[in-house]
Amino acid sequence: MQLTLEFGGGLELLCDSVKVHNVHVDLQNGAEKLTMKDLLSWVHTNLIKERPEMFMKGDSVRPGVLVLVNDCDWELSGQLDTTLEEKDVVVFISTLHGG
Amino acid sequence: MESNGGATDVSSIRSEIETLKAAKSDIEQRISVLEAQLRETTINQQKTDTVSNGTCRSISTVYSDNSHGLSPDMIYRYSRHLLLPSFGVQGQSNLLKSSVLVVGAGGLGSSALLYLAACGVGRLGIVDHDVVELSNMHRQVIHTEAYIGQSKVKSAAAACRSINSSIQIIEHGEALRTSNALEILSQYDIVVDGTDNPPSRYLISDCCVVLGKPLVSGAAVGLEGQLTVYNYNGGPCYRCLFPTPPPTTACQRCADSGVLGVVPGIIGCLQALEAIKIASAVGEPLSGRMLLLDALSARIRIVKIRGRSSQCEACGENSAFTQDQFRNFDYEKFTQSPQFPLPLKLNLLSADSRISSKEYKERVDNGEAHVLVDVRPAHHFKIVSLPNSINIPLANLEARLHEISLAMKEEEKHKGSESSSGASVYAVCRRGNDSQRAVQYLHKMGFTSARDIVGGLESWGRDVDPHFPTY
Ligand SMILES: [Zn+2]
Repeated sequence: MQLTLEFGGGLELLCDSVKVHNVHVDLQNGAEKLTMKDLLSWVHTNLIKERPEMFMKGDSVRPGVLVLVNDCDWELSGQLDTTLEEKDVVVFISTLHGG
Repeated sequence: MESNGGATDVSSIRSEIETLKAAKSDIEQRISVLEAQLRETTINQQKTDTVSNGTCRSISTVYSDNSHGLSPDMIYRYSRHLLLPSFGVQGQSNLLKSSVLVVGAGGLGSSALLYLAACGVGRLGIVDHDVVELSNMHRQVIHTEAYIGQSKVKSAAAACRSINSSIQIIEHGEALRTSNALEILSQYDIVVDGTDNPPSRYLISDCCVVLGKPLVSGAAVGLEGQLTVYNYNGGPCYRCLFPTPPPTTACQRCADSGVLGVVPGIIGCLQALEAIKIASAVGEPLSGRMLLLDALSARIRIVKIRGRSSQCEACGENSAFTQDQFRNFDYEKFTQSPQFPLPLKLNLLSADSRISSKEYKERVDNGEAHVLVDVRPAHHFKIVSLPNSINIPLANLEARLHEISLAMKEEEKHKGSESSSGASVYAVCRRGNDSQRAVQYLHKMGFTSARDIVGGLESWGRDVDPHFPTY
């Protein structure tokens, strides 16, 4: 499945300072769909190069990270259970505090 | 160096500049006091005139008595707003009756305040406890060099008054805390958050929930910005979105991570825009949506965010977050980060593994064979560095240890005779924290003589070479 993953608000520093990743994620053996839960573990394994605790906590993202699936808060689409589709755009953004 | 140079010339020039600056600031202060007096007197004079005499006056009274209440001066000043069909007299009139509080007269607050003052918000409050510094000037455009060392609130208020003397500007020259926030925020219709740390953001949001005030929230670090409106018309609050504070290590500060000056300026302008829309009851505020600005790639994305959470501890259905609870809530403990951060001062090493910048200078002057490792990131090293230091960022230390060994051998070859015990190793960084971490690691890896320079380059600039740049 082709997906576009974007990292912002400093999270890009965890993946070699690259903000936009066009990736191909395979469905796991026997699975019929790809969920955000699957994607998070794929990202953890394949894209996060350092300090994984800055990205994940347990099986979800750490506090202070917004997840947007096609420009929509994942809280509105079922969080970890959100089903992804071909060409979806998933954005991970850390909240900023500076001013 | 200079032809008829000499330290005395330089120091006498410096001292004359200081004297003139002080005199200039006194004069400017006196001018603004007199101007305020003049305004006061003219207004009183006008009042007396209107009451006591003249047919001419009574005509202008008729004008200002019309339904929208705009005086001829106001009509002229805000004419371009009045000409906007979608804003018009009603929008301006609403704006003039409204009040907005801007918390933080920094990068965000600067542009927000300038536009809020200019556009004719009736009462504009400013909260800040800080003073203007030279390193603020690149982004905090409301302040001018003349105000360096003076209070930001005073400086920002003066700038706002010089743009629009017809509105009320209120200075709150204190830090916002649970003890004064309710009292201050309750005097305003709308709150603009231009602060720079997690405890302040939770504090301001909770206070807005308790008082039922809309909150225009902006943030900017590096080349990115974020903007949304919280607690507006049943929309989410800050806690709905971020029920749990982020780990402290995830909170970048402008003083550490840097920020391109114009980025907070853009977000501050957008904050002013959202506040104006709410105050004038025109348009559709950015509630339930968030604007994300990526300045580097010139992209703005507006995303849909969750609505008010029924589980929210501040604004949720079953939550009864009261004024008393707010007053007693410890925001620094909750977020585990200070509201007014002091630079971190680690103390990881024993005294004999540390050396002061002065002592280091003496050793250099005595020709001691040594290697100075600067463990700051490479882009810091490019700003300024000590002579003959080698740059190995802390993150790469493990992979580049051999470079230290090589440099030591090289140094021993050069200064061989004097150093029977071999070349010593010193580590330095910006403020003296990473250098301690580096020395801990070096000790572990067998560089047992390694020491760190206490207080880093900051102490070098303070105690050894006052001309050494700080950043
Ligand atoms: Zn809430």
